[in-house]
Amino acid sequence: MLRFVLKRLVSLSLSLVVASVVIFLFVEVVPGDPAAFMLGLNATEDTLAALRDQLGLSGSLIERYLSWVGGMLRGDFGTSYTYRTPVSEMIADRMWISLPLALYALTLSTLIAFPAGIWAASKRGSLADVSVMGLTQLGVAIPNFWFAMLMVLVFAINLRWFSAGGFAGWDAGVYPAMKSLTLPAIALALPQASILARVMRSSLLDTLSEDFIRTARAKGLTKRQALWRHALRNALIPVLTIIGLQFSFLLAGAIIIENVFFLPGLGRLVFQAISARDLIVVESVVMLLVFAVIVVNFAVDIAYAAVDPRLRVRG
Amino acid sequence: MSLMKLGAVSALALTMATGGALAKSDIVVAMQLEPPHLDPTGGAAGAIDSVLYSNVFEGLTRFAADGSIIPGLARSWEISEDGLTYTFHLAEGVTFHDGTAMDGEDVKFSLDRARAEDSANAQKALFSSIDTVEVVDPQTVKVTLSEPNGSFLFNMAWGDAVIVAPESIDNIKQQPMGTGAFRFANWVQGDNITLERNHDYWGTPAKLDKVTFKFISDPTAAFAAVMAEDVDVFTAFPAPENLPQFEADPRFDVIVGNTEGETILSTNNKMPPLDNVTVRKAIAHAINRQEIIDGAMFGLGTPIGTHFAPHHPDYVDLTGNSQYDPELSKQLLAEAGLPDGFKTTLKLPPPSYARRGGEIIASQLRSVGIETEISNLEWAQWLEQVFTGKDYGLTIVSHTEPMDINIYARPDYYFQYDNPEFQALMDELTRTTDPEARSALLKKAQTIISEDYVNGYLFQLATPTVAKSGVRGMWKDAPTQAVDLTAVYWE
Repeated sequence: MLRFVLKRLVSLSLSLVVASVVIFLFVEVVPGDPAAFMLGLNATEDTLAALRDQLGLSGSLIERYLSWVGGMLRGDFGTSYTYRTPVSEMIADRMWISLPLALYALTLSTLIAFPAGIWAASKRGSLADVSVMGLTQLGVAIPNFWFAMLMVLVFAINLRWFSAGGFAGWDAGVYPAMKSLTLPAIALALPQASILARVMRSSLLDTLSEDFIRTARAKGLTKRQALWRHALRNALIPVLTIIGLQFSFLLAGAIIIENVFFLPGLGRLVFQAISARDLIVVESVVMLLVFAVIVVNFAVDIAYAAVDPRLRVRG
Repeated sequence: MSLMKLGAVSALALTMATGGALAKSDIVVAMQLEPPHLDPTGGAAGAIDSVLYSNVFEGLTRFAADGSIIPGLARSWEISEDGLTYTFHLAEGVTFHDGTAMDGEDVKFSLDRARAEDSANAQKALFSSIDTVEVVDPQTVKVTLSEPNGSFLFNMAWGDAVIVAPESIDNIKQQPMGTGAFRFANWVQGDNITLERNHDYWGTPAKLDKVTFKFISDPTAAFAAVMAEDVDVFTAFPAPENLPQFEADPRFDVIVGNTEGETILSTNNKMPPLDNVTVRKAIAHAINRQEIIDGAMFGLGTPIGTHFAPHHPDYVDLTGNSQYDPELSKQLLAEAGLPDGFKTTLKLPPPSYARRGGEIIASQLRSVGIETEISNLEWAQWLEQVFTGKDYGLTIVSHTEPMDINIYARPDYYFQYDNPEFQALMDELTRTTDPEARSALLKKAQTIISEDYVNGYLFQLATPTVAKSGVRGMWKDAPTQAVDLTAVYWE
C-alpha cells in the first residue's frame, strides 16, 4: 500500500510541475502588455517603463517563472497587477462565494437527482419513468443562463421576492447571503441534476440486472428491498464520480451564471483578470484549480485502493 | 459625546425627520466597470475617477457640471505677467479624512510625486510644464512653469492631479484618503464600494449620508437590476435599446448627456493607400453618420466633423466637410488611382459603439468599393496591435479625454499624422493664455484636421443615466469621467 501511495505522490508532483509550466507559458505568450492596459492611451514611455519595473515584469521569462513557483511553494501567490492586493486574499474572498454557491447547487442537484433517478429506475417503462426522462432531457437542453434570466424576470422583476443579483455578503447574515445565492444555485443545479438523475437511473438499471440481485430476490427479498439494500450502494460509484466532476466544474465554471447575477465569484475573477492582463491572478487561480483537481483525484485513487485491494496491485 | 451635544443632535435629527418627510439619505449607484484600484493618480481606468473624483478627492481646480474650470482646493490664484508663475491660495481649514490638515506641503508633495521620474501617473504630460513647486506659507503655493501653458488650470482639474496626503500613499490603492465631501468606507471587491459623508468637510457638505457604488458589467443584468429597483441610479447605462422602456415607466427618469468622447474611425495615416488625403476624403464621404448613430447607438450621439466636443463654446460644426455622398466618394477613389477600391483592415475594440458601428461602416465602405477585413480585439490586444504597434488600417475608438485635440500634434501617436503646421499651432496654443486668442487657435486647429481628413469623425458619445424619479442633482453631461454625488439628494 505504501509503495502505491508513493508512486501516486510522484505522479501527482510531476503533474503539478508540468501544469505549472504549461499554465505559465500559455499565459505569458498571450499578447498584451499589462502596464499599457493600466495606463491607457496618454501614458508616456518612461511611465510605462517605471510601472513595468514596479510590477516585476522586466525580468527574463525563467526568472519570472522561478519567482512565481518559488512564491507559491512558500504560500505566496504574488500581488495582483491591477488590484495591487495579494492574490491569495483575492482568491480567499471569492472562494467565500464560489464555494458556498457550488455546495448549494450540488446539494440541490443531488436532492433532485437521487429521488428522481431512483424513482424512474424502479418503475422502468412506466409513465413516471418516461416523464422523468423527458424532463431531464429538457433540463440538459435548456441553456442555464437563459433559465437564469427567466427566473430573474419572474422572481426579481415581477414578483420582487429576490433581488436581481449581487451578493449580500456574509456580514449581512446567513439568511440574506443564502437568499442571494438561491436563484444562481437553482440555475446551476438544474442541468447538473438532470445529468445526475439520468446517470443514477441507468446505473441503477445496470445493477438491477446483475446476478447478485437475482440471488437476493431468490433469497426472498422483494424488488424494493433488493433495490434499497443491494443495488443502490453498488450503483452509487459512477454517480459519485460524476458528482466529483460536477463539483470542480461548479467551482470555477459558474462564470456565465456569475455574470447574469453579477456575483463576484472565482469564475468572474479569472475572466476579468484575463481581459485586464492581470497575468499573475490568472496563473495563480488556474494553478490552484489544477492543484485542487489533482489532489481530489489523488484522494479518490487512494480511497478506491483502500476499498478495493485489486486496484492496489494494478496501480 | 456629551449629553448636551447628544441633545442637540437628536433635536436636529428630529427636525430633519419631520421637515424632510423622511427623505432617503442613501443611494445605490451602479456602473458597468469596477475600478481596478482606488488611486486616481496611478492609473488610467475611468472607473477610478467615476467613483472618487470630487466625492473623495479634490484638486487645486475642478470641473463643474458644465465642463468649466472652477476653484477647488485653491480658492483663488494669481498668474504672473509672463504666464510663468501661478500663486495659489488654498482654502482654510481643509483636513484630510484622517483629520490631519491639508496645506501647501501636501500640494507640493502631490505635484512633485506626479511628475517624478518613477511616477506611474497615467497623465504625466499634464505636469510636464511644471519647473518648481514652492510652499510660500501653509496656505500659499507658488508653481513656476518652464514655459507658459494656457491649459495649466485645466490640467490641474483632472482626476490625475488631485491632492493626496503623503502618509496615505502606501495604502492609497486600497484605502483612498482625500479631502472630499465623502470619505471612503468599504470595498467588497467585485461587488461594491461604499462612501460615507465626511462630517468635517470644509465646503458645502454632501446631502447624502451613504453612497454605494455597485458594479454590474452584463447589460442584461443591468436592465434587471434597474427594473427590480436593486439600484437607484445606473450611470452610462450599457443597453441603449432598453431606454425607451425606462422612459415610459413613471418609476424612472432617463437623462441623456454628452461626454468628452469623440468617437472616430481612426486611420493609419502612414499606411498606403490611407496615406493619401484623397483616399481618406473618399472614406469620409462614404460614411453615413446618422445611420451609425441610429444603428449602433439607438439614436444616441451627436454627429461631429472634427475632433472636438460639440458642447464646447469653441466648437466649429465641420460635418459639411464630410457629407454622406457615395458617388463623390467613388469619384475621389478613381482620382486617387483606385477606381476598383482597395482592401484594408478594420480592428475593433470591445465597446458596442465599435463592434456594432464597425459592421455598419464596413458595409458602407463596401458599397463604394472599399473592402475591410474586420477583426474583433480585446482591449489589451488592441493596445498592443493598434495603439502601440500601429499595425492596422482602420479602427473605431472613442477618445474620452477632455480637450485632447493636441494628440494630433504627436507624429508618433497611433494615427501617425505628421503635420508641422498643426504642431506649430499647438505650440502656440500652449504658450497663449489670452482666452480670445486661444479660442481662435482652437477653431483653426479643428479646421485643419477636418480638412486633412486625418480620421473619419463619427459622433460624440452620449451617456445615458437611468435614475429613479426623485433623485436630483446628478450631472447630466460628463465633462470628465466623474459621478459627482456631492450635490445629489432625494426629493
